[in-house]
Amino acid sequence: MGILNKLDTHIEQFESGNIIVTSADKLLNWSRLSSMWQMFFGLACCAIEMMATSASHYDLDRFGIIPRPSPRHIDILLVSGTVTLKMATRIKRLWEQMPEPKYCISMGSCANCGGPYWEHGYHVLKGVDRIIPVDVYIPGCPPRPEALLDGFLKLQEKIRTQSLAKKN
Amino acid sequence: MDIKEIHGILKSVFEEGISEPVTDKPVDPYMIVEANKINAVCLFLRDEERMQFDYLSCLSGVDYDKDNLAVVYHLYSFALNHKLVIKVVVPKSDPKVPTVSDIWAAADWHEREAYDLIGVVFENHPDLRRILCPEDWEGHSLRKDYKVPEFYNGMKVPY
Repeated sequence: MGILNKLDTHIEQFESGNIIVTSADKLLNWSRLSSMWQMFFGLACCAIEMMATSASHYDLDRFGIIPRPSPRHIDILLVSGTVTLKMATRIKRLWEQMPEPKYCISMGSCANCGGPYWEHGYHVLKGVDRIIPVDVYIPGCPPRPEALLDGFLKLQEKIRTQSLAKKN
Repeated sequence: MDIKEIHGILKSVFEEGISEPVTDKPVDPYMIVEANKINAVCLFLRDEERMQFDYLSCLSGVDYDKDNLAVVYHLYSFALNHKLVIKVVVPKSDPKVPTVSDIWAAADWHEREAYDLIGVVFENHPDLRRILCPEDWEGHSLRKDYKVPEFYNGMKVPY
């Protein structure tokens, strides 16, 4: 993001129509939140709800959210499902492979806090925030598609207020 | 064929190492076979004309709390529509059982699971390693005296 640090803050004004003047922050934030590409990362039952949200009834594509198979192409890691300790080392590697700016949404009870396996699950990581920083938590077991959409909209709000030109 | 007839045939062929069928418990009647004979007995059960147990429904490991481990085999015959339950009981200090994966291919992964979770070591198994837990996991998780580890690779395990 070094090129953005060299942008001047003054903007030229044009009087005739068809020209929009905005700040680079707002333009970049708008473009980032309108096409949040997420990872094909369904681990357990929450994956079914993620697929249902991507399907035609609730349709994630109208928000610009499409699934991608590689961590190099994505903005959001949507951890949906139970995170076992065996998988946790792989999730850490995927998170480190993602390019900035990256976000993580923890979907469902298992990814938030271990879920129904919190007490006796010797093999379950009690919440994916023990290994990666999470931006939005979506409760539910599994969360309804509307809840997942609400989580994405909350993340959009967070991106809208971010600033790429200045460090925050 | 019911279990008493099967027991009669097995006794006439193998003579010793096979216990009487246990029928008074509220479960399927079963027989206990000694560990060193299980391969020969299972091969006989699969190939013999009158029995033809060609399907291994399930192979499970068991932890009996007082220093014994067991392996339970559930067999079924598609041709003759009868089933059988066999157990092998081994001490916890030396839990070795010959494998039956050369007789029924399904036993391959079932035995890996019994090794991973209970700790029964299967001799002559083609690929005996953990199947559910990670490769560097310590301990056998479904034993009665298993303690949950505090940390695994830097991650805190309990809640």
